[in-house]
Amino acid sequence: MFLNHKYIAFETIVRREIRRFTRIWLQTLVPPAITIGLYFVIFGNLVGSRIGEMGGFQYMEFIVPGLIMMAVIQNSYSNVVSSFFSHKFQHSIEELLVSPVPNYIILSGFIVGGMARGLAVGTIVTVISLFFADLEIQNLFITITVVLLTSIVFSLAGFINALFANSFDDISIIPTFVLTPLIYLGGVFYSVELLPPFWKFISGLNPIFYMVNTFRYGILGTSDVDVTWAFFMLCVFIVILFGSCIFLLRKGTGLRT
Amino acid sequence: MTLAISIQNLAKTYANGFEALKGISLEVQEGDFFALLGPNGAGKSTTIGVISTLVNKTSGSVEVFGKNVDTHVYETKLDFGVVPQEVNFSLFEKVRDIVMTQAGYYGLPRKLAEQRCEKYLRKLGLWEKRDERSRTLSGGMKRRLMIARALVHEPKLLILDEPTAGVDIELRRSMWEFLTEINNNGITIILTTHYLEEAEQLCRNIAIIDAGKIVENTSMRKLLNELDSQVYILETTSRIPSGFDLGLDNASLEIVDENCIEVTVSGGLSINEVFGLFTKAEIKIDSMRNKTNRLEQLFLSKLESND
Repeated sequence: MFLNHKYIAFETIVRREIRRFTRIWLQTLVPPAITIGLYFVIFGNLVGSRIGEMGGFQYMEFIVPGLIMMAVIQNSYSNVVSSFFSHKFQHSIEELLVSPVPNYIILSGFIVGGMARGLAVGTIVTVISLFFADLEIQNLFITITVVLLTSIVFSLAGFINALFANSFDDISIIPTFVLTPLIYLGGVFYSVELLPPFWKFISGLNPIFYMVNTFRYGILGTSDVDVTWAFFMLCVFIVILFGSCIFLLRKGTGLRT
Repeated sequence: MTLAISIQNLAKTYANGFEALKGISLEVQEGDFFALLGPNGAGKSTTIGVISTLVNKTSGSVEVFGKNVDTHVYETKLDFGVVPQEVNFSLFEKVRDIVMTQAGYYGLPRKLAEQRCEKYLRKLGLWEKRDERSRTLSGGMKRRLMIARALVHEPKLLILDEPTAGVDIELRRSMWEFLTEINNNGITIILTTHYLEEAEQLCRNIAIIDAGKIVENTSMRKLLNELDSQVYILETTSRIPSGFDLGLDNASLEIVDENCIEVTVSGGLSINEVFGLFTKAEIKIDSMRNKTNRLEQLFLSKLESND
């Protein structure tokens, strides 16, 4: 397949993915905006005003980066897992599998689709957050880079979930029982400096903790983690997950009999 | 002439131990209209699945236009289009988007994709439905949409897995005409079907597969010539006298009623000779039809001999 053909195929997958989540915007874009808006009102405004400062910032300012990141993570993941699994469920994935599109183009198309939704919801949440807090981004490069890399990581993770899923239950188990606890325990609502040493160590094993804190560093200029180490980890995750996805696609796991 | 498909010793054993294909070999010439017949579970869809790479084979090789599907993945995929047995497009997308997306997968530039999309949707009578969600289409329209989708990259080989299953007679006939037209234009067609009349009407060559083995692979003409006897039902305008007989060893008669008779002809006896004897007896024949589909008779006898 020629390079321009590959680009057209890639663009087609991305276009279709964006068309899918914008067509059902009431299910994909509005609910996370409302949920996170409620977090701002309840935790940031009502409860936060009594908490005072966290990590040297007003509580509302402290939780904004974490909530934006939470929206990006959840939506990148759920876009890929639900889209790819519904293609499997309806057998429309066969359209792609019999076509000459290389596996890495298929994967890249779905990743960019997941990133598009993650970033769209992240942008909506950021705009909502401006009604509650003044955001002065300290390091634009780090802010943008970490959010892009994080959305890639969770799009890839969603893809693997979809490959192995055999039912709609299978695509909700990981987000409910793994992703949500990791996000809530990833320093979205608190600084790990508040934790006893054991729980501080446990938090250090949670990859989302590094992503949230690096993003917070980009916006507020303060972090509980080493930003360089966090970027290194993100890159390692991407390489491992991308390699795993390609291996599974080549093997035909969950796709070919 | 180039081979459109060359399958050598193809075997497939599923994870549950079921041996769907037991080392079949098959060749289809370029430009052919080829029928792959077999009862349910014989291995037809598995064979198509392996050719289209949706099923991983256990052993053997498949070549499409001289290129191995394992080593020339992208080139071979450009050469064929597949129309599966079950609907396999997103039911939430618009008709036009489904075809355009498929064109994109094959790297067609947008302008060319739009031209092809319109061309094939019009040919298959779906252009008026282009902006409707695919789930609103009737069963026959969904099948035609899958054909339009498979043709949008203009493949040299079209593989159809029971394309007319559940389609009404009128629509089936129009699909036959369309398939004949594209075959006349040079596209090789491989068809699996349960309608033996369909295979007899359309296909020049045929393979019968049963329990994962090819039990017959020949031309339709040769296969039909194998028939020992044929039963015709003749409707007459004049009354058939009771005890009427043709006086031939290789033709037997059974009077159904006074204007209908079954004639069993064997041993190379020409139907003209039979007509001649009826005329001599001053019995005017109004119409004639085969009692059973000729291919159906052969198909069943091939399966029986494979048991």
